[in-house]
Amino acid sequence: MYNPVAAVGAFSIRLVEEMGGMALMFLKTLALTFKPPYRIRLLIKQMEFVGVKSTLVVVLTGLFSGMVLALEGYYGFRKFGGESLLGATVALSLVRELGPVLTSLMVTARAGSAMAAEIGTMRVTEQIDALSAMAVNPVHYLVVPRFWAAVLMVPLLTVLADVVGIAGGYFVGVILLHIDAGIFVAKMRELVELVDITNGLYKAFVFGAILAIVGCFKGYNARGGAEGVGKATTEAVVIASISILIGDYILTSLLFD
Amino acid sequence: MIKIVNLHKAFGAQEVLRGVNLEIPKGKITFIMGRSGTGKSVLLKHIIGLLTPDRGHIFVDGEDITRLSERELMRLRKRFGMLFQEGALFDSLTVGENVAFPLREHTKLSEKEIQARVEAKLAQVGLLEAIDKMPAELSGGMKKRAALARALALDPEIVLFDEPTTGLDPLMQESIARLIKETQKAHDLTCVVISHDVPVAFAIADKIAFLHEGVVIEEGSPEEIKNSQHPFVKSFIRALPTGFKEA
Repeated sequence: MYNPVAAVGAFSIRLVEEMGGMALMFLKTLALTFKPPYRIRLLIKQMEFVGVKSTLVVVLTGLFSGMVLALEGYYGFRKFGGESLLGATVALSLVRELGPVLTSLMVTARAGSAMAAEIGTMRVTEQIDALSAMAVNPVHYLVVPRFWAAVLMVPLLTVLADVVGIAGGYFVGVILLHIDAGIFVAKMRELVELVDITNGLYKAFVFGAILAIVGCFKGYNARGGAEGVGKATTEAVVIASISILIGDYILTSLLFD
Repeated sequence: MIKIVNLHKAFGAQEVLRGVNLEIPKGKITFIMGRSGTGKSVLLKHIIGLLTPDRGHIFVDGEDITRLSERELMRLRKRFGMLFQEGALFDSLTVGENVAFPLREHTKLSEKEIQARVEAKLAQVGLLEAIDKMPAELSGGMKKRAALARALALDPEIVLFDEPTTGLDPLMQESIARLIKETQKAHDLTCVVISHDVPVAFAIADKIAFLHEGVVIEEGSPEEIKNSQHPFVKSFIRALPTGFKEA
């Protein structure tokens, strides 16, 4: 018979177990980072996969986010004659919030899911056991390069999304809606501070770490063949995305206070 | 020598090993046999420290591996080679890169020396022509041979085989069995083979142990096993496929 108390209890235990497991994997990853051999080739390969190959999707996301922000902002500002603030609003929304969050969510969907699927497949086909049997630490070999690739590349992709997004906003605001270019840029320079940009990048660092650890953890603990890998991949994307959004609120309240 | 003492392992409520006691002699081929799902692979993974027992000990040359730290286990594992059931080749690397992997990780050999060693190991298993192929391009038997070449790359003292002949045609089974025997002889290896392949076991084993319901119920030389009076062992070694009996 379905017992709601038992179900809540089981869910809570699983939640604590998973969070503990991810925290342990994070600490292990940090500790193993400084242990030779340094796998630079693997790191570069992962940076290419996480970073370079995510460029197009991040550019498109940034571009259309900036364009739609300008369009929506213009609609609101026009009601009280505040169109001159459009450039600043688009830039602030992007560098503080949408740049890091949307970039991380896109990288989670593209690379975080691939991390879970690839490591999960290696788990169910005993390739991870084979690494251990050959006296190679699987976390050192598989997780450390992916973790640092995400931590380094997500901020870079965020910068790209910010720049392209502002360009998109400029195109819609200045070219299509005929706001004065000088005012658009001047207000943006006046109201956007360096701290807005750096805090946005701090967020990107953290989100990169979250998506890599969640993706690797879910793959590493996948069980039960193809179905298990599919489940691990789905859970990785869902958990990383929710964690990024929750983390975003916490970081915003801490950093921009 | 490997000595397993009173080994227990449960997964949740399912007790898989219930006090396994077994001695695996040095420089010999020992088969661990039993029905599918009796914990043979679980036992093998304990021997190389991939699983930790709930109770009991495993001594490798007098050293209790159940008490070793992760770092000490890594050191010990360099003395082992393991052939996994499906090969467990890294599917992002070519066959040659797979065999080179442990050499690149654990030796200071030059690329030229590694290449020479890889070619020698692949030639030993008759797979030199597949050196540049990806694992996905190989048949089941070729995968097992490539995995064996990788397991032997570091010239281990002990090699563990998880179902080396399962899923192969009879000729390939014979070829793999012959390869195990020849390799063992050539390098004086200690081999532990998990299998339910009775003809192969009788052909190449020095010792056979039967695992049933979580314990070793019978062990001895192939001759002793053939004459065993234990009902399970008798039925196991004389069993024929069901369809065959009905016919």
